Amino acid sequence: MEQDKPNRECLLDKTPQATLGKPLSRSEGLAKVTGTAPYAAEYPIADCLEGVLVTAPFARGTIDSIDKDTCLAMEGVVAVIDDERLTSRPAQGTAGEAPVQKPRQIDYFGQPFALVVAETFEQARHAAKHLEFTFTADDLSQVSFDPEGTESERQEETRQGDLAHAMAEAKHAVDARITTAGHASAAMEPHAAIAEWDGSNLTVHASLQMLNYNISEIADSLGMEEDNIRLISRYVGGGFGSKLGISQECLAASLAAMTLEKPVRVVLSRQQVFQNIMRRSETTQRLRLAAGADGALNGFGHEGLVSNLPKESFAEPILQSSQFLYSGENRLLGLDVARVHRMTAGSVRAPGEAVGMPALEVAMDMLAEETGVDPVELRLRNIPDAHPVEGTPFSSHKLAECLKQAADSFGWEAGPRKPRQRREGEWWIGTGMASAARVHNISKAKARVTLKPDGTALVETDMTDIGTGTYTILGQLAGEMLGLPREKVLVELGDTRFPRGSGSGGSWGASSVGSAVYVACQGLRRELASRAGVNEDDVSLKDGRIANGPSLVDLLDGKDLSEEGFYEPGDIDDDFVAAGFGAYFAQVRVNRFTGETRVDRMTGAFGFGRVLNQKTARSQCQGGMVWSIGVALTEALHFDPQDGHLVNCDLAEYHVPVNRDVPELDVIMVEERDPAASPIQAKGIGELGMCGGAAAIANAIYNASGARVMDFPMTPDRVLAAMP
Amino acid sequence: MKPFRYSRPDSLDHAGQLTSDADARAIAGGTNLIDLMKLQVETPQQLVDINTLSLGEIADAENGGLSIGALATNTATAAHPRVRSDYPVLARAILAGATQQLRNKATTGGNLCQRTRCYYFTNIDQPCNKREPGSGCGAIDGIARLHAVLGTSPHCIATYPGDMAVAMAALDATVQIIGPAGERSVPVRDFHRLPGDTPEKDNVLEAGEVITAVTLPAPVGGKQLYRKVRERSSYAFALVSVAAVVEMDGGRIARADLAFGGLAHKPWHDPRLSELLVGEEPTAALFDKAADLLLEDAQGYGENDFKIPLARRALAATLAEATGAEL
Repeated sequence: MEQDKPNRECLLDKTPQATLGKPLSRSEGLAKVTGTAPYAAEYPIADCLEGVLVTAPFARGTIDSIDKDTCLAMEGVVAVIDDERLTSRPAQGTAGEAPVQKPRQIDYFGQPFALVVAETFEQARHAAKHLEFTFTADDLSQVSFDPEGTESERQEETRQGDLAHAMAEAKHAVDARITTAGHASAAMEPHAAIAEWDGSNLTVHASLQMLNYNISEIADSLGMEEDNIRLISRYVGGGFGSKLGISQECLAASLAAMTLEKPVRVVLSRQQVFQNIMRRSETTQRLRLAAGADGALNGFGHEGLVSNLPKESFAEPILQSSQFLYSGENRLLGLDVARVHRMTAGSVRAPGEAVGMPALEVAMDMLAEETGVDPVELRLRNIPDAHPVEGTPFSSHKLAECLKQAADSFGWEAGPRKPRQRREGEWWIGTGMASAARVHNISKAKARVTLKPDGTALVETDMTDIGTGTYTILGQLAGEMLGLPREKVLVELGDTRFPRGSGSGGSWGASSVGSAVYVACQGLRRELASRAGVNEDDVSLKDGRIANGPSLVDLLDGKDLSEEGFYEPGDIDDDFVAAGFGAYFAQVRVNRFTGETRVDRMTGAFGFGRVLNQKTARSQCQGGMVWSIGVALTEALHFDPQDGHLVNCDLAEYHVPVNRDVPELDVIMVEERDPAASPIQAKGIGELGMCGGAAAIANAIYNASGARVMDFPMTPDRVLAAMP
Repeated sequence: MKPFRYSRPDSLDHAGQLTSDADARAIAGGTNLIDLMKLQVETPQQLVDINTLSLGEIADAENGGLSIGALATNTATAAHPRVRSDYPVLARAILAGATQQLRNKATTGGNLCQRTRCYYFTNIDQPCNKREPGSGCGAIDGIARLHAVLGTSPHCIATYPGDMAVAMAALDATVQIIGPAGERSVPVRDFHRLPGDTPEKDNVLEAGEVITAVTLPAPVGGKQLYRKVRERSSYAFALVSVAAVVEMDGGRIARADLAFGGLAHKPWHDPRLSELLVGEEPTAALFDKAADLLLEDAQGYGENDFKIPLARRALAATLAEATGAEL
């Protein structure tokens, strides 16, 4: 189906099975924690050779020649693959075509250009350090690494009215410059692929998020037909955007397997993952807010500078939710991109809002202080009735409710606020809050649902489960629609032999593939109704039978009944703005001597449509809040200013929050139905949890200590420097 | 990883013979060495697995102190009843380091010999005088966030990364070493070196020498604190750390043994601090004077300039906590 209008009457509110929404544990969880779920590199494949990538020790230039002889003479070495297609960048999410491939040209420090293949991994790793090659590196004075001071181009712009005038005339104005650091996805499982070639068909076991696009990327990169390629990615040990598109390990393993006619495994080292895989761009943002005495916005400005390599179309979309979150007649939103030679910038955990929203929400906190209006009230006063520029209505909008529910649960004391009001020993204690917003993404998707003669169901799609619970929720959805308990539904994912799903990314997996499963099940229900001689609308399925009618086993009569569901978003996004909304509240303590910040507690309330599984949805929200702590306090990529290499390229020095940094996270799910978002009335969850949360922490740091830090992450040195 | 020979000595003498080869490395817990071998920062021809030796004992020492075997794990040391009761600064320092999993493997001797976490040292595509003498220092004009502000040289600004040894320096513990020339004892305070012209040498251990134990002095009492300032609350190296053993007598400071991590190529101990503090009433002004003394020769390298004021504040906070002074 193509969705052109809201689906206001959703079957899922009428079906009696009552499995959907239940807090079921992930069905593959036990296999994962006991180590029996095979990840990409773990498939036991006989006679598999091991490949290790060789990377460039300079930021821009060309590889002129590769002398394989020394390397080939080393123990166990089978081949050196220097196919020119190897010097590619990772593919952007949803590219569906070959990434930028420039033969033998290097665009960033650490870019791979050759693969050493040996009988064992240690032999390959050792030999890779001894590959001899010559190169011409461009004069470093001619290569830009830092977006500040590099020429930039404006990528997008929205103008309405006259912001400068509104700022000049405003009773209260905030003009703030806020920066955020570059981020790595930092998935636990490194990028890995095993490729097998039988002379005409290529099979790749890989760790990827979007097989439906990845198969096209591999086909295009290798000049093959998709029909001759099979991708398998049943379990993914975290993606966070870094596995949306294919990366060099997929191409390298494939090229090597095709050349050597033997299976080849390529696993990136942790350092190679950091140095090669998409980064989130650092940002420099300017927020301008013009308000009247009551805090009502009359002017809204949000501009930003981000960076990427030349020829990349992706620009960290920091303005996405700023377009519609708050009112303000006079608007200027603009995004500039500087071309620098750091590794490709692409999607990392909630691209855009993850860093755009924290900047906006710090500025809103400054405006609350400036106007003397309570920060929650300030946001409530500025919720627009419709898109502030286009006038399009919202499909559903739970910001106000989330703000109120979270404030209530957190115990927020409303009113004007002053910093440095509470101290316990060495620690200043304070609270802060922020709104959450994330655009709703959805994609076309297919899924096949088959009823088996024994009364069980099978769901098949090449959708991936990146640890979020996709296996479980699709089983619950099909069970709900077909009147089967969850354990009667087998879900098979992550194999391109199945119908093309949507892939996991942009928080769209559940609503996109879920809708395809919904559509497939609708078809099955029609057929069952017809076989039972019941009106389709009256069909009620529960525990394997039609209410007051025959069992599924009887209706199936020993044969499979299969239906492929296809869902495609139609023109509905012309008629509605669909987004997830929410609110965060945090209490932090800031050490008055050392500037160290610890989060004491955090509350989040989120509205994202229908909840498909209370447990996995809650986990998603909590995961997002953990990443919010990372954005606020610890995560930053550091690039060497001399040669542009990434210096902190492992999990010891790239600081994601550890257990001890994460307090109890209180999650309130403000359940709603969004009939325009998807046929199942669900929206994305995962990313919403980190779209602004860092600002709640930043604002709490200010409230606690009086340090208004304008740079994320707020490390002890920065907090100390900003302390009054 | 470069291929290597692997041997298991059957005696201390044997271990000494095997490690006297410049291309040999002793391995105990391996939590640092194996990582560095994977990166080819360390490329030993031979690994001498000293886990075969009986050096894991923690026992009362003749001086009334405690002898901690070179192979005692960090977990065992931190949990030892006498460490917890008599040397809490050491237990606290150990528990502030690494993660539980790493502490289960890491040993006393290995911890003392761990190498810097300078980003340029661990990346073989970068210049580093410590890894490759004469190649230059990438950190001085690079990302020097983790780096030293005391005792640096134009050749190296790396820090010693550990916590355990900082507490041992405050306690004035002694490293017991056996080697070709027999046994010798070196105060922890003198075990690590400053980089000078030879940053490749982290400490005074010579080829063929093996650490057998660290001896703690007879219990010193006092208030024992370890304050580690870091970016996240676990699994992060110190930006600055302070180990303090402080005793008060009638409102005046009777003992103040201090050592610092994150500031230098070694656990930093400045005997002048104790001289300044002892006999004085604890006040903010006194702590400031102590910081002046500690930091009089401090030099930042841009990225790590913040460590100088941070060290001052961490010192004051620690002394305030230890003496009960109000700041």
